[in-house]
Amino acid sequence: MKTFSIGGVHPDDKKISAGSKIEVLPVPKTVYISMAQHLGGPAKAIVAPGDRVKTGQVIGEPTGFISAYVHSSVTGTVKSVGLRKDLAGIQVIHVEIETEPDEWAEGIDTSDTLVTEIPQDRQFIIDRIKNNGVVGLGGATFPTHVKLCPPPDKKAECLILNGAECEPYLTSDYRIMLEKTRQIVVGAALMKKVLGVSKAVIGIEENKPEAIKAMSAAVAELQKVSQDYSGIEVQTLKKKYPQGGEKQLIDAVMHRQVKSMGLPIDVGAVVQNVATSLAVYDAVQKNMPLISNTLTVTGDCLPADRQKNYLFRIGYPLSYIAGYNGGVPAEAVKIISGGPMMGKAVSNLDAATLKGSSSILYMTQEQTARKPESNCIRCGKCAEACPMGLEPFLLNKLARNGMMEDLEANAVQDCIECGCCLYSCPANIPLLDVIRVAKGEVIRAMRARTAPKK
Amino acid sequence: MTTTIIWTIAIITLLGVVLAVVLYLVAKKFKVEEDPRIDEVEKVMPGANCGGCGFAGCRAFAQSCVEAMNLDSNFCPVGGNDVMKKVAAVLGLEVKEKAPMVAVVRCNGTCANRPKTSEYDGYQSCKVKAALYSGDTGCFYGCLGCGDCVAACQFGAISMDPETGLPVVDEEKCTACGACVKACPKRIIELRNKGPKNRRVFVSCVNMEKGAVARKSCKAACIGCGKCEKACPFGAIKVEHNVAYIDFEKCRLCRKCVVECPTGAIHDVNFPTPAVKPAPKPAAPAQVATPAAPAPKPAETAAPAAEKPVAPVKGTEKEVEPEKKSEE
Repeated sequence: MKTFSIGGVHPDDKKISAGSKIEVLPVPKTVYISMAQHLGGPAKAIVAPGDRVKTGQVIGEPTGFISAYVHSSVTGTVKSVGLRKDLAGIQVIHVEIETEPDEWAEGIDTSDTLVTEIPQDRQFIIDRIKNNGVVGLGGATFPTHVKLCPPPDKKAECLILNGAECEPYLTSDYRIMLEKTRQIVVGAALMKKVLGVSKAVIGIEENKPEAIKAMSAAVAELQKVSQDYSGIEVQTLKKKYPQGGEKQLIDAVMHRQVKSMGLPIDVGAVVQNVATSLAVYDAVQKNMPLISNTLTVTGDCLPADRQKNYLFRIGYPLSYIAGYNGGVPAEAVKIISGGPMMGKAVSNLDAATLKGSSSILYMTQEQTARKPESNCIRCGKCAEACPMGLEPFLLNKLARNGMMEDLEANAVQDCIECGCCLYSCPANIPLLDVIRVAKGEVIRAMRARTAPKK
Repeated sequence: MTTTIIWTIAIITLLGVVLAVVLYLVAKKFKVEEDPRIDEVEKVMPGANCGGCGFAGCRAFAQSCVEAMNLDSNFCPVGGNDVMKKVAAVLGLEVKEKAPMVAVVRCNGTCANRPKTSEYDGYQSCKVKAALYSGDTGCFYGCLGCGDCVAACQFGAISMDPETGLPVVDEEKCTACGACVKACPKRIIELRNKGPKNRRVFVSCVNMEKGAVARKSCKAACIGCGKCEKACPFGAIKVEHNVAYIDFEKCRLCRKCVVECPTGAIHDVNFPTPAVKPAPKPAAPAQVATPAAPAPKPAETAAPAAEKPVAPVKGTEKEVEPEKKSEE
């Protein structure tokens, strides 16, 4: 069975909510749609207070090459356009909409019928993806249309769909692979068409046998329907974190390593999440903008009947979802949006959900409390765990002494912030906390150095 | 046996002499001429090698002074005017006297003024905390309280006050090297004029949010109402981005702004008596405020606001608006 070659850790996968079917959340009274839901320049709001908007209507326009459209996820009246705190407490422009019963914008197919016919016009597919604001839903929310249009001197050879879901607790990707199986495969075929590649691999970790079975069956079924589905295959991957990391997945599937500061396209790979594939299907085949996504509500302290997977629309406040679920459990001391390894602690539960929101995870005191830091004994566990082959113990020392040149020479800029070092350190040294800040500074210095040369 | 020893001694001695001659010649040939004044200047420097002057250390500073042959752009913040006079004497130059500076912490978000909205249990570093989120209080701009400035100070001049959760600058020890200014990710610490008899007036807030929002997250926030700007007879105060700033070059320490400020965000330190409003209110008992105790101070000035917390804020905001427009 395949997996990536360097490092990695094996946290308990804790997929408690795996058995819970996706439930559709009712629309709340008010939604707050953020204009910064993607990597790159935030969208510019094009509605004003008092405007009436329909579900699926564009309310934010991209402000640069790397940016994306934002659509209204509900029908209603715009109450305000202004600053509101996101989940980290940072002020971001939000559009506040008071909701009414749904009235869909024109041209959107809201039916459930599966459309398997792949459009042959490449530009048509790209335009639909771009106009419907599709962004990568694996975590980074990078605009998908940019990723699907590599520069002309680079050639894509293989599309990799990321169904690894290697983060513990999260089950939203697993549920869509079970419930929206065929749509995901159609999405893969659409992206395959755009990239002009003959091969697409759907990588799924071994701890999700039902998903592997369902996806394989769907691929086989669709391959009988049309030639467009040939070359798609499902690959079982050994369970290891961070398998879902872009560079790790390429290593696992293609046995190729992306060089330092390189992009996947340098080795002929394009990686997309299965949730993105579903969004691409909706965007192209149904002309449905990306206004909803699946989110897991889970945690050890949550009773079994409240472990849920919800279909939410962007802009629902996290507090509304938590409230609908029955409130924040008393034992929870920390709420995380995303997985326990890479997710962000929520400091503001009133923050609105974004396109890339994937979970509300409740952690108890025992699970999250930091143990006292002690001295590094050079055991090398962090270096062994690092999937990028870095030496976190060294980077930590260099970062604390502000040795920028040495940090760069030791490739701190290649850190993917997966947290394996921190997870494996027996001395409880906050390796990632220190390294992350140093990485940011080094990358800024590198950019500053290359900029004036242009 | 003896001959071996004698020969060994003889050869080693000879070798030593030959190599010494070689070394002497090499040293003569490749001698680097260095201005002897660099050594002299270095001798009068404080030798802290703190980098506050912008150079790598005291010697680098000395070298730059000698090379430039003027002291216009070079200043040793640690040694101050005394050292600069000595340097000038060594080089036979003139030096303009600079007013002594001191690091000023521009945040009054004490635990009492600024309630916590979340609990931070991550790595205790302001830099790390600032990169993660807005901080554990409602104020995005305020002090994060992890003490990066304390760690940066080589002179032991900053310490955290456990009661307020804010750093306190020891005026005696502070050399205004600026290390803490660089260490603070929120840019709260500023080097300001030490002032006559160490008396200073400054706005102890950098919150750029609109008045109501700022006030909500911190009782002592500057709400950008502009009352101080109007009150200042010397035009030293400017309200920009919803926060007032006092230009210490223009400030004449009249303290009219201190009494005007509805939130007590403007602090006056080292004055023998508290600031008094011209007519209506009698002064509170005299008290010498040190920078360590700005907390009790604003209580007096903030008193009218504290009695009816909502109304005055609204009033002041209304007052601001026309002014803001004119600024735009």
